[in-house]
Amino acid sequence: MTLWFVFALMTVAAIFAVLWPLSRGRAAGTGGSEAIVYRDQLAEIDRDLAAGIIGAAEADAAKIEISRRLLAAADRGERETPPQSNLKLRRTAAIVALVGLPLVAAGFYLTLGSPRLGDFPLSARNQGADANQPLANLVAQVESHLEKSPTDGRGWSVLAPVLSRLGRYDDAVRAYRNAITYAGDSAERRADLGEALTGAAGGVVTSEAKTEFGRAVAQNTGDPKANYFLGLAAEQDGRKADAAAIWQAMLAKAPPDAPWRPLVQAALLRVGGASAPALSDGAMAAAKDMSEADRGAMIRGMVDRLATRLKQNGDDVEGWLRLVRAYLVMGERDKAVGALTEARQAVGNDVERLRQLNDGLKNLGFDG
Amino acid sequence: MIAESGHYALVLALALALIQSTVPLIGARWRDVALMNVARSTALMQLLFVAASFVALVMLHVTSDFSVANVYENSHSLKPLIYKITGVWGNHEGSMLLWVSILALFGGLVAAFGNNLPLSLRAHVLAVQAWIASAFYLFILITSNPFLRIVNPPIEGRDLNPVLQDIGLAVHPPMLYLGYVGFSISFSFAVAALIEGRIDAAWARWVRPWTLVAWIFLTLGIAMGSYWAYYELGWGGWWFWDPVENASLMPWLAGTALLHSALVMEKRNALKVWTILLSILTFSLSLLGTFLVRSGVLTSVHAFATDPTRGVFILLILCVFIGGSLSLYAWRAPALKRGGLFAPISREGALVLNNLFLTTACATVFIGTLYPLALEVLTGDKISVGAPFFNLTFAPLFVPLMIAVPFGPLLAWKRGDLLGAAQRLTAAGLASLVAIALLWAWTRGGATLAPLAIGLAVFVIVGVLCDLAERTALLRIPLSISLRRARGLPRAVWGTAFAHAGLGVALIGIVCETTWNSEYIGAIKPGDLANVAGYQLKLDGLTQRQGPNFREMVAKFTVSRDGEKLSVMTPSKRNFTTRGSSTTEAALLTRGASQLYISLGDGSADGAIAVRIYHKPLVLLIWWGPVLMAFGGVLSLSDRRLRVGAPKPARATRTLQAAE
Repeated sequence: MTLWFVFALMTVAAIFAVLWPLSRGRAAGTGGSEAIVYRDQLAEIDRDLAAGIIGAAEADAAKIEISRRLLAAADRGERETPPQSNLKLRRTAAIVALVGLPLVAAGFYLTLGSPRLGDFPLSARNQGADANQPLANLVAQVESHLEKSPTDGRGWSVLAPVLSRLGRYDDAVRAYRNAITYAGDSAERRADLGEALTGAAGGVVTSEAKTEFGRAVAQNTGDPKANYFLGLAAEQDGRKADAAAIWQAMLAKAPPDAPWRPLVQAALLRVGGASAPALSDGAMAAAKDMSEADRGAMIRGMVDRLATRLKQNGDDVEGWLRLVRAYLVMGERDKAVGALTEARQAVGNDVERLRQLNDGLKNLGFDG
Repeated sequence: MIAESGHYALVLALALALIQSTVPLIGARWRDVALMNVARSTALMQLLFVAASFVALVMLHVTSDFSVANVYENSHSLKPLIYKITGVWGNHEGSMLLWVSILALFGGLVAAFGNNLPLSLRAHVLAVQAWIASAFYLFILITSNPFLRIVNPPIEGRDLNPVLQDIGLAVHPPMLYLGYVGFSISFSFAVAALIEGRIDAAWARWVRPWTLVAWIFLTLGIAMGSYWAYYELGWGGWWFWDPVENASLMPWLAGTALLHSALVMEKRNALKVWTILLSILTFSLSLLGTFLVRSGVLTSVHAFATDPTRGVFILLILCVFIGGSLSLYAWRAPALKRGGLFAPISREGALVLNNLFLTTACATVFIGTLYPLALEVLTGDKISVGAPFFNLTFAPLFVPLMIAVPFGPLLAWKRGDLLGAAQRLTAAGLASLVAIALLWAWTRGGATLAPLAIGLAVFVIVGVLCDLAERTALLRIPLSISLRRARGLPRAVWGTAFAHAGLGVALIGIVCETTWNSEYIGAIKPGDLANVAGYQLKLDGLTQRQGPNFREMVAKFTVSRDGEKLSVMTPSKRNFTTRGSSTTEAALLTRGASQLYISLGDGSADGAIAVRIYHKPLVLLIWWGPVLMAFGGVLSLSDRRLRVGAPKPARATRTLQAAE
């Protein structure tokens, strides 16, 4: 309600600006004229002459010229019709202001504006998170604490994994970097930083991320995360043999109960022959023991399920990207293009999602 | 509420501008004082609303309200406060809002301080101003609305282009816009004069302060932009003949010509029709500049807008205003009364010469800038017209202009004595010859043209001093009287002297920088030494540092000369994670007017880093020159006296020629 009240006040002020001079009639000043300028110029010459800036002869010549201009201006002034007041026109102008101005303003504003949306300043949003989003609130608190004392390395190392899990990869990257700067360098932190960088790039191991994994391995050759991602980088570069070599070495050295074993094994299978879209660890483990045909069928079933789900609810940009990637990996380019078209239609009304989708596609190197 | 109120204020400003563009015209036609005065109150109220709208956008950026698309796209909650504010005009929508704010500011100033104007002239000027404003309000609201909202606001913004996160950007665009848009006032005055069908010396008196203000800001804006490019882009260059730079240079050249021809008009009532045309052309070139930068037809550092609808809309505005005003000119100009008479060799004649050279130079830049575009549109070929073209065409035009500069102020109005002026400039000529000879001897075997160019600059500067000496009768009368006369000189004379001297100073800087610039480019490792122009630079080490929204690699160089340690320079390379891009922060060490300049390149695996180290002799003069010019402009502006050009009375009958 206050908003409409403010709008009304502003409109009244605008109308007032038009009506005020109309009501004042002749009382307002009539302004300057050329004659005044020339008269001042004549006075100026006298002053210059007195100050010795110009000579007497020049002053006289100038005076003659300016007097001529003054006479002409005065002449014109007399010929001009004197100001008059035209009531009919004034009334018309007043009506235009009273009716036209609000109409134009309302017409433009109602088509372009979003009067129902309130403000969302960042500070208000952080407080608003209190009730229903305890995690976000906690993160915000830690963040504001770190804003005040940015050299608290422990704070950064606590915050970073949470940010990474929340999908705020860019912030996570920053947090890991700060953690490394203030809490000390370690293979784990480097590897986590690389993972966050990969997440920020939509799953692509960028050269920057690769550098970080390299640094992690330099400190601890056995760091599983760094090694896994280095393999992934090799795979994404198309060097499948290198990827397989890295992962095989990992498995060879790994304790039998290492939690990441199934993941690496699945990855190894991927470069070894059969290709799979991103699967859950459990499914990966299951797929490992299947025959080639069974595995293919299982993958196909999963992809189809994903496609069906997306047909019903197309809001999931990540899902669409996964689907497109899956089709690409299975070598079914036509289906990938089809999925892409559907995805565009599904998220088309939402600029933000469309952008995410396009960015994701760019990362896949697929701009169908 | 802030966002929507700001949006509504902008809409109201449009509605007011529409009224302001019609009612006063009708009032002037029927000579109704009240209707004419509507222009004044609406212009002031319009200023109030646009200012409110602009302040609203600034507040949205400061509070990081990502429900506003413009804030989301160009801001980040971690950006330092100053860049949150400057980011408002670091993007297309915001900078257009700044553009109209300044337009409204000038309109409001005319309304508030235009008491000395005849009523009908003021009504016409403000009405024309409102036409321009209406067109741009429509442009902003329809194609580049900064107040569009996002229903589900994202939690974090996408940050501003890192190159633009710099203090130079805080000042450069507002200055430039104050210049560009300031010329809209002289345009409005010109169109108003054409509509009224009369123009005289008084008109020039009224336009003078506005043109001067616009020119001062444009001069500073261009210099600022050039300095920003110099230290932020990390190439060590200060002028690239980039189309965007040319877009600001063209109005400056035309505006400088306008400044001089308006002088003739105010003092001598001559060159009237030409001055009107120059007013129109200057603002047209400003509009063209806006089009080039804002439509995205060019792809350069500045063109961060790429959207065809915008381009077409601005092109339409451009055609309507330039075409309309020129048609009006073609129709009404023949009806205007011709002005005074003068001999070819006179102050007026010298100023005509100045105008000829400036407009030709402007035309050269125009062709060099637009020809590649036209060719691309017609044939699809992409060519680039670079420095060689401009050096070959622009420089030859500026040499005679510079030679003529000292003569102008020494010639009398109406009929001058060239020989007398030349005699009075003997000292300047001698000084220039001595400078050339000395430089030749000093840099034997070096560049041939450089000493000549510096000789020219010395000629200009000493010529200015000769003029001042002449006016104060220095050395001919006792010094104390000369000093008193110097104090009594109109400030406008001092203004001219400073502005002309600034030209010479800038030329010296340009020549020295381009001719005797020495550089070191290579990869060096920590502990290595680089020798540039007698300075030893030792790379002490590289460190990583975390900034508020970036990470930077800082190199530490110890600078010494002849074994004596001078200073420490810390160039850096910043990585902005949000946008995934990086900037180079050059380190500058100023020694007198010369500078040492280090910018970092990429690092390599073995710990070495590519560096570019330049020694730029007298480089700062390039920017001190424009600052001097602007200072001259301020002096001239502060001189509230009227300008009278006392003509030299004829001794014998001579043939005079008409002004136009």
